[in-house]
Amino acid sequence: MSENSNDATQEIGLAAADARPLFQLSLMGKVGVGILGFWILVALVGPFLAPYDPADFVSDDSFGPMDATYWLGTDYIGRDILSRVLYGARLTMSLSFMATVLAFLVGIGFGFTAALAGPRTDMVISRIYDAFLSMPTIMLGLLVIAALGSSIPVLVITAGLIYSCGLYRIARALAVDIKVMDFVEAARARGERLPWIITREILPNAVVPLVSEFGLRLVFSILFISGLSFLGLGVQPPTADWGVMVRENLGGLVYGSSAAFVPAAAIASLTVGINLIVDDFSAQRGQEIAEEMI
Amino acid sequence: MQPLLRVENLRVEARVGPKRYAPIVKDVSFAIAPGEVLALIGESGSGKTTIALAALGYSRPGCRIASGRIFLEETDVLSMDRESLRKLRGGRISYLAQSAAATFNPALTIGEQVTESAVLHGIMDREAADARAVDLYRRLDLPGADSLGRRYPHQVSGGQLQRLMAAMALCSSPDLMVLDEPTTALDVTTQIEVLGAFKEIIRDQGTAAIYVTHDLAVVAQIADRILVLRGGDVMEMGDTGQIVTNPAHQYTRKLMAATRPPPRVTGDAAAAEEAVQQEPPVIQVKDLTAGYGRITNGKAAATVLWDVDTEVKKRSVLGVIGESGCGKSTLARVVAGLLPAASGEVWLDDHILAGGVADRSLEELQRVQIVFQMADVALNPRQRIGDILGRPLELYHGLKGAQRDKRVAELLAMVELPGSFSSRYPEELSGGQKQRINLARALGANPEIILADEVTSALDTIVGAAVIELLEGLRERLGVSYMFISHDLSTVASFADRIMVLYAGRVVEDGSTDDILALPSHPYTQLLLSSVPELRQGWLEDVTQSRAALAGIAREVELTEVGCPFYPRCPIAIDGVCDTTPAPYREPVPGHRIACHREIAELTEFEREG
Repeated sequence: MSENSNDATQEIGLAAADARPLFQLSLMGKVGVGILGFWILVALVGPFLAPYDPADFVSDDSFGPMDATYWLGTDYIGRDILSRVLYGARLTMSLSFMATVLAFLVGIGFGFTAALAGPRTDMVISRIYDAFLSMPTIMLGLLVIAALGSSIPVLVITAGLIYSCGLYRIARALAVDIKVMDFVEAARARGERLPWIITREILPNAVVPLVSEFGLRLVFSILFISGLSFLGLGVQPPTADWGVMVRENLGGLVYGSSAAFVPAAAIASLTVGINLIVDDFSAQRGQEIAEEMI
Repeated sequence: MQPLLRVENLRVEARVGPKRYAPIVKDVSFAIAPGEVLALIGESGSGKTTIALAALGYSRPGCRIASGRIFLEETDVLSMDRESLRKLRGGRISYLAQSAAATFNPALTIGEQVTESAVLHGIMDREAADARAVDLYRRLDLPGADSLGRRYPHQVSGGQLQRLMAAMALCSSPDLMVLDEPTTALDVTTQIEVLGAFKEIIRDQGTAAIYVTHDLAVVAQIADRILVLRGGDVMEMGDTGQIVTNPAHQYTRKLMAATRPPPRVTGDAAAAEEAVQQEPPVIQVKDLTAGYGRITNGKAAATVLWDVDTEVKKRSVLGVIGESGCGKSTLARVVAGLLPAASGEVWLDDHILAGGVADRSLEELQRVQIVFQMADVALNPRQRIGDILGRPLELYHGLKGAQRDKRVAELLAMVELPGSFSSRYPEELSGGQKQRINLARALGANPEIILADEVTSALDTIVGAAVIELLEGLRERLGVSYMFISHDLSTVASFADRIMVLYAGRVVEDGSTDDILALPSHPYTQLLLSSVPELRQGWLEDVTQSRAALAGIAREVELTEVGCPFYPRCPIAIDGVCDTTPAPYREPVPGHRIACHREIAELTEFEREG
């Protein structure tokens, strides 16, 4: 029988599979996890640690320097920057997280439907998305906010819908590739319905690229929402948001104040941290795929 | 004579964990003289490809050449630095991979790719390389040699592409060529054309070759010596004549036993056929025309199947045979409801089946199950075996929990796999094991008929033979019928009660297996029969000589609406008749049809003369 002769390769294959951890972080990946972990922690407990209320005018100095009382200095109207950054972490991160989740649900939902439901549905959904994609994202955001006014739900929904465009394209392309595989044919021949095919046959095989994409989109939403806030169209003062803080304190740069730099650094470190993880994850998957191909 | 290549005590290891290695090639030594062809033969996992790659100083990722020495004349290959290795590969040693389609870059012309390594290694300049390429095309019997280099890979046929790979490998005049299963994926008729071309050009150019394959009959045609491998160990090494006629090792004899003999009339099929005749048909296909693209007026934009009539009786096996592109998989897809027919009907028992899966009842779907060719892609890589097998049980029979698990274990036992497999993922299984799971999933539905689409084609001989044995046993125990689709006539003949031969979407002949194998038969069936490699030296020469009469091997298959589709390749075609009028069915004995303009007597005479 074939079993005996295949024993050798069999054992090797199995042992290799066991020995390979699911996902091994490189040094840079670990740094990324550290940064992200730090900010998540800040978002969770930051408000309890903040020495002052973020809206209180604690100092008479505008653009006060970093010192023992105000660790990161004060802003243009004398509020404590450390407290505002700690409070702002929660808002900035939760808004972009919600927007990204929304983008995922909408983009993947439409993407898979377009790929599987038939050429006509595909055509309609794809052309609508193409129309959205043809406009620069920030301009589209400005239009919506100009029409509906700025509030947090509008902000999240706008960011979510805008970033669902890219996800739609990716999800559709993945599903188109996977749906021609024989195991999907086999499921069709067995009489499975569309929801089952999407959730059981296609989604599990699309998860890895979608997870890397989630990280990237999260970064984009952070930048988008901060960007709108910076322009004065996003989160409204006096609420503590990193984008808002950069804008408020921009004037201080002239006096050599770090008040605008601190929230900017927070945004930068968070996005870099997420990117480091995503890079690590997709690089390893890429290598695995390359090895499989060889 | 000084050997060209010497491999001494080669040991290759694969990484199985951090700093842990397991040997996949253990202490292998051999030598190749200039101009000699050595075949490495064994099942998958025997280490044959690993050894062949080691000759290029290469080991696959995750593997390492642990010890041993490899000499190309006086040069020690394993101690070479990267730069000299780069010069060696594609220069003095060239490698010819299994899949021509994957080897050629679709965006570059054939000529650029054939001459690339010779020019890149500075062996000759572009003009000289182009001239040599054209000369090689001629020697390989490729049509339109002068302009071939300017064409793109998709503009030539699969068999031609395979021969072009040989041109690519030979262009830099290497001393040694490594051929990795170069004909395994080809139809029998194409295989002959490629083998013949390879053999001639290897002799012509005086190139030595390592020929890697699992097919002993193919090796017998082309190799001077054979090295039989199993699990990384040498079982036996000897001259081709000795191995083929008088194998010393028990394992070699087993390999030979698994090489199916060319189909012959046995007589036992007749008795079985008689018993089967009494049974009612499970599936009937009536006047079926099908294809791809938009359907208008009962015709698809690209029709690939014309007027097919057939039936599968209970407990019987219908073999469907033909080369790639003849429409045999399309037939299975139509019956399974994956592709709606353009016109015609598919009957299950006493009622017509709807065209699409969505319009069929769950019970109808349960009774007709399809098994796909490539087990690798037919099983969802993200589902455990238990879930893959459990799903049809849940869907068709409402089994849940412990009941489901029990039945999964039964199914695994039925396909001779241990119950512990249910917690594994498909990638942890070997090719043969995956194919068994693929079958077990269909069995889980308790079907009346299984549409088996090339289920053994991707497996090596021994594993394939085991799968056929399994199908045979299941038919006896469970009474399932099969529509068994294959391009391999000897496999079909050993298993089927009835055979239907398809050519370019039309049934050219059908009848009981014995009738098909006996005289008379359609010229195309004769071509197929004579193309099955025989396990003896000299067969290739014999067949290509008699085949001179059967000219037109290299011609393209044309899908035509008028006349007989085989007309352009047929040695006994009647001009003015065969190309204009559809061939009538002739019935030498009841239940045996041949679609041909020639009289039965003429066909018999033609076949006798060979």
